[in-house]
Amino acid sequence: MNNDTILSVSDLRKYFTTAEGVVRAVDGVSFNVKHGETLALVGESGSGKTTTGHVIMGFYPPDGGKIIYKGAYELSIPMKKRPLELKRDIQIVFQDPGTSLNPKRLVKDIISLPLLVHRIVDKSRVYEKVAELLEYVGLSEEYMFRYPHELGGGEKQLVAIARALAPNPSFIILDESTSALDVSSQARVLNTLVKIQNELKLTYLLITHDLGVVRNISQRVMIMYLGKIYEEAPTEDFFKSPMHPYTQMLLSSIPTLSEEDEKIKPRGIESVGEIPSAVKPPSGCRFHTRCPFTKQICMEKDPPDIVVNNNHIVRCWLYA
Amino acid sequence: MSGTTTSEVKFSELEKKIKRENWRRIWFRFKKSKLSVIGLSMILILLFMAVFAEYIAPYPSHAGLYIAFKNAYKPPSLEHILGTDMYGRDVFSRIIFGFRYAFMMIGLVLSIVVPTGVILGLIAGYYRGTFIETVIVRLSDIFISLPPLVLALSIASILEPNIFNSMLAVSLMWWPWYVKLTYSMTVSLRNEPFILAAESQGASTLHILFRELLPNELGTILTKVTLDAGWVILIGAAISFVGLGAQPPTPDLGTMVSEYSKYLPEYWWMSLGPAAGIVLIILAFNLLGDGIRDVFAGE
Repeated sequence: MNNDTILSVSDLRKYFTTAEGVVRAVDGVSFNVKHGETLALVGESGSGKTTTGHVIMGFYPPDGGKIIYKGAYELSIPMKKRPLELKRDIQIVFQDPGTSLNPKRLVKDIISLPLLVHRIVDKSRVYEKVAELLEYVGLSEEYMFRYPHELGGGEKQLVAIARALAPNPSFIILDESTSALDVSSQARVLNTLVKIQNELKLTYLLITHDLGVVRNISQRVMIMYLGKIYEEAPTEDFFKSPMHPYTQMLLSSIPTLSEEDEKIKPRGIESVGEIPSAVKPPSGCRFHTRCPFTKQICMEKDPPDIVVNNNHIVRCWLYA
Repeated sequence: MSGTTTSEVKFSELEKKIKRENWRRIWFRFKKSKLSVIGLSMILILLFMAVFAEYIAPYPSHAGLYIAFKNAYKPPSLEHILGTDMYGRDVFSRIIFGFRYAFMMIGLVLSIVVPTGVILGLIAGYYRGTFIETVIVRLSDIFISLPPLVLALSIASILEPNIFNSMLAVSLMWWPWYVKLTYSMTVSLRNEPFILAAESQGASTLHILFRELLPNELGTILTKVTLDAGWVILIGAAISFVGLGAQPPTPDLGTMVSEYSKYLPEYWWMSLGPAAGIVLIILAFNLLGDGIRDVFAGE
C-alpha cells in the first residue's frame, strides 16, 4: 500500500440472507482511495455501491475481505466498537437529508452533537462554532434555530454536510448525496462540496448513479455491476475511452443537449434489459446476459483485471 | 472577550424566541378545536377544586368520618345541592374531595407507569434482537395478561385493600402498554438514517435514546397519557366499587358510588353525584387527549 492511500479495500464481500436466497450485494470488491481525491463509485440500483459504502461505515460487518484505513485501522469491526477517533475521522452524507436529519431537533443541536462528542470546541463556544460551520457551507446563522422541515432540500443537505464537517474528518462518504435534490440545489451542493474539499484537503468516496456529477467532481471512476467492479479509470479516460461494454452502454444512455456532447458519446451499444437478480447472478462475467459481444468464455469464467495503461483497469474478456 | 459575550447573549435570545414561537404554534393548533379547549378548562377547574377542596367544599368536615343522622337522606336543596347521604354528609363536598383522590390516582399511577414503560420500551426497541429485548417484551406480556381486578384482588388480600394498593395494582397492569407503544415506535425509528448518523458520529446510547428517539415518540406517548388518564379513573373506580380499593369513609368517587348504590333507586342523588363526577373527569381528559393528538398530528 502506498503512502498516499487513505483507504484500501480488498476482496470485500457482503451477503444478505433473504427469503429468496442469499443476495451477493458486494462480491469481491477491491480498490484504493488516495488522499485528497474524489473517487466515484458508480452503478445502477442494486449494484451494491451503497452497501459498499455502508460496510466501510460499519453499519454492517463484511462477510469477507479487508478494509484498511490510513494503514493502521481495520474497518471490518462494526461501527459501535470502533474507537472514537475513527468515528470522528470518517463521516457520511446520506442520500435523503429529509431522513438523515432528526425532524425533532433544531439545526444547531444536529450540528453541535459531533462538536460535543469529540470535544472539538469548548461547550461555551459551541454555538459560535455551529454558526461558523453554517456560514462555511453557505447558510446564514439564522438557520441554527430552525427545524429541518423548515428548510429546502438543498439547504437540508448543506446542514448534513456541515454536520459531517464539524468533527474535522479527513474522509467523507457521499452516499448519493445529490440525487434526491432538484437540479439547482444539486449545483449548489456540488459547488460547496468541491470548495470544501479543496480548502480542507478532504477525501471523498462519491457513491452515485449520476454520471453528470461524476464528470464534474471526481478524479477517478469505478463502475460497479452486480456486486463487482468492472472498470476503473481516471475520469477523463473514462469518458473519452470507455473500455467495458457496460460502461459504453451507460455512457451512450446519457441524454445529450449539444452536438458536441453527441459527438463524443460512444456509439453502438443500446441499453438492453435490466440488471439481473443478485440472488442468482449470471455465471462468468455478470454482464454477459446484456452484453452484445458475449463470447463463450464470458459465460464460463470471471474476467481477470486487465491493465490498459497505468491507471485504467478493465475486467472484460474482450481485452484479454 | 466582549465579542464572545455579545454573541452568547444573541444566541440565547434567539433560543428563547424559538421556544416562545414553538409554544405559540402548539397553542394555535390546540385551540383550533373548541372541544379540546373545553376539556382543558374542565380539567383546570376540577384540579383547582381538588387542590383547594378545604376552601371550596361547603362542608369540608363531611369528607371523612362525620355523622349527623338528623340530616341524613336529604334530597338536593339549596343547602345541600347534591343532597346528603345516609350519615347526613353533604354529597357535593365529598365529591370535591373525591376529585382530589382521582387526581392523586392519575398522577401517581401515570408517574410510575409512563417513565417505566417508556424507558423499558426504548431500551427493548433499541436493543432489538438481543437478550435484553426478549426479557423486557416477555415480562410485559406476562403483566399484560393479568386481569386488573384479579391482580387487585390478590394484592388486596396479600397487603390490605386501600387506595395506595389499588394504585399499585393499576400501575402493575398498566406499564406494559407503554412498553409496547414505545417499543414498536423505537423499532421502526431505530434504523432511520438520522439515528445511524448520530451513532456513526459517536453519540452515546443515552443520547440516542432520549435525545434522538424520544422526541420523535413524545407526541404519541402524550396523547396516550391523556386518553389513559380517564381509564385509570375508571379502573380505579371499578376496583373501589368491588371493595378492593379505597375503603369508606375515604371520599373516593368509586367507593362512594359503590357505597351509595345500595340506596338506589329511592335515594338516587347519592350515587348520581359521584357517578357524574367520574363521567366529568373522564370526559375532560378524553377531550384534552383529542386536542393533544391534533397538535401532534399536524407536524
